[in-house]
Amino acid sequence: MKLVTAIIRETQLDAVREALIEADITRITVSRVSGHGQQTSEEIYRGKKVVPSLIPKARLDIAVNDQFLNITVETIIKAARSHKEGMGDGTLGDGKIFVTVLEECIRIRTNERGSSAI
Amino acid sequence: MKKGKRLKILLFGFFVLLMSGSAYAHGESEIDSGATAWMLTSTALVLLMVPGLAMFYGGLVRTKNVLGTMMHSFSAMGIMTVLWVIAGYSMCFGPSVLGGWFGWNPDFLFLRGIDESIMEGGVPEYVFSMFQGKFAIITPALIAGAFAERVKFTGYMLFIALWGLIVYNPLCHWVWAEDGFLFNLGANGAIDFAGGTVVHISAGISGLVAAIYLGARRGYPKTTMSPNNLVMTMIGGGLLWVGWFGFNAGSSISSGLSTAQALTATQVAAATGAMAWIFIEGIHQGKATALGFVSGILAGLVAVTPAAGVVQPTGAMVLGILASGICYFFIILKNKLGYDDSLDAFGVHGIGGIVGAIFLTFFIRESWMAEAAVLAGGSWSIMQQLGVQVVAVLIAIVYAGGLTYILLIVVSKTIGLRSSEASEMAGLDISYHSEKGYGMLNPN
Repeated sequence: MKLVTAIIRETQLDAVREALIEADITRITVSRVSGHGQQTSEEIYRGKKVVPSLIPKARLDIAVNDQFLNITVETIIKAARSHKEGMGDGTLGDGKIFVTVLEECIRIRTNERGSSAI
Repeated sequence: MKKGKRLKILLFGFFVLLMSGSAYAHGESEIDSGATAWMLTSTALVLLMVPGLAMFYGGLVRTKNVLGTMMHSFSAMGIMTVLWVIAGYSMCFGPSVLGGWFGWNPDFLFLRGIDESIMEGGVPEYVFSMFQGKFAIITPALIAGAFAERVKFTGYMLFIALWGLIVYNPLCHWVWAEDGFLFNLGANGAIDFAGGTVVHISAGISGLVAAIYLGARRGYPKTTMSPNNLVMTMIGGGLLWVGWFGFNAGSSISSGLSTAQALTATQVAAATGAMAWIFIEGIHQGKATALGFVSGILAGLVAVTPAAGVVQPTGAMVLGILASGICYFFIILKNKLGYDDSLDAFGVHGIGGIVGAIFLTFFIRESWMAEAAVLAGGSWSIMQQLGVQVVAVLIAIVYAGGLTYILLIVVSKTIGLRSSEASEMAGLDISYHSEKGYGMLNPN
């Protein structure tokens, strides 16, 4: 079992969700987070350009059985990577995916454990 | 310009001769401070509806679009006021030109000619002009609800500017100017007390045409698009109700009996509409929602807008119930048909306006019918007035719908109206304003 944690652009959330559902990955936790990577963004405050030190992102947490790891990761990459005309694929700020080993998974309702509980 | 003035002086001369002697003192009406005070208040109240609408619409969209949506209302306060002062007042309330298409009086351009003018009812013409100008602001702002969350800011600005000039101003002239052809239709004119046809039907139909022309939001209807802040929507709905007293009771352009009648009808219809909506919703869905309550307030207010001058409290109650019932049905129908009238500009304003303009016929107070009978030279029946109302509604639908369609093509082909997919996904706030509505949701 693996835990896939993806930090993506807020704007790509809908697209990633749609792609995951298409790939039959429907169980997911989504949260709003702020963070700092390589990207900087600009906002305007009364005529002055300001660069917030933390940029809002969406965080997805998906627990999967090992055989679904690849499809999950590939789907997220495909949907979360930005496409800018003339610039090729991918721009700073598209996000990251962390994969960690998941020790245990328990369904509260039934007390089921392990991969069947995912 | 000079010719017009000379003619006025000539007519004035005749008037003085006819009234022999003492008439000169009445040449310029004296200010009626009571009426003027109420009209000043009404003017401010109608403006209050625009931030009210901004909050109402702003709360209903998704977080990423809250500022862009509120800007649709606020920017109308800017651009429509400027256009109104330059040419709008002249196009609406000048004498008919081009076969009555709209009005034109060069003296009204930049409001230059009304600096010291006092109208018949003892109200300075500036007050009347500013009062009417507020209607020209809120009408295009209403349309924005139909295509919320998917239009470019610049395209929207150009669209409402053109729409105000060639849809709103002519309609306003036809219905409210003394030489407008709908003002003089039938015995005593088509009844549109405060703008059921001019404001709500025209905005509603235009919204419907625009929503269909631009297409649905990305992901609609599969993705659920929940309101970001219903608390703001409730406050906005409340402000609209308060502001509506200026809208309706101010439309008597006086401070007297007809003002009181309009104010009462407005309160009754809003309350009944709200109760009817949550009652229907309670039976249909099992719960009475807050959004349902404010939707009912609006449906009732919209329906009583054309009727406020002619119906009594019972009539206002029936209009409130009918408006909520029929609007509720049309919103269900919208969901079945699948077009994306995002915030139900057509479903509430278009339909509510039509319900009010048509059904008011059955509740007209007797004194109005008696007056109409005298003007018609004997008799005037409810069915005859119904015919007049239907004609006025159909003209508004065809004219507003048709010209909106042309304007949509013009704006789309020139600077573009629909957002690009990337901008739509990023949200109007970041894409067009480089700002966020709710900074505090995320530490930054």
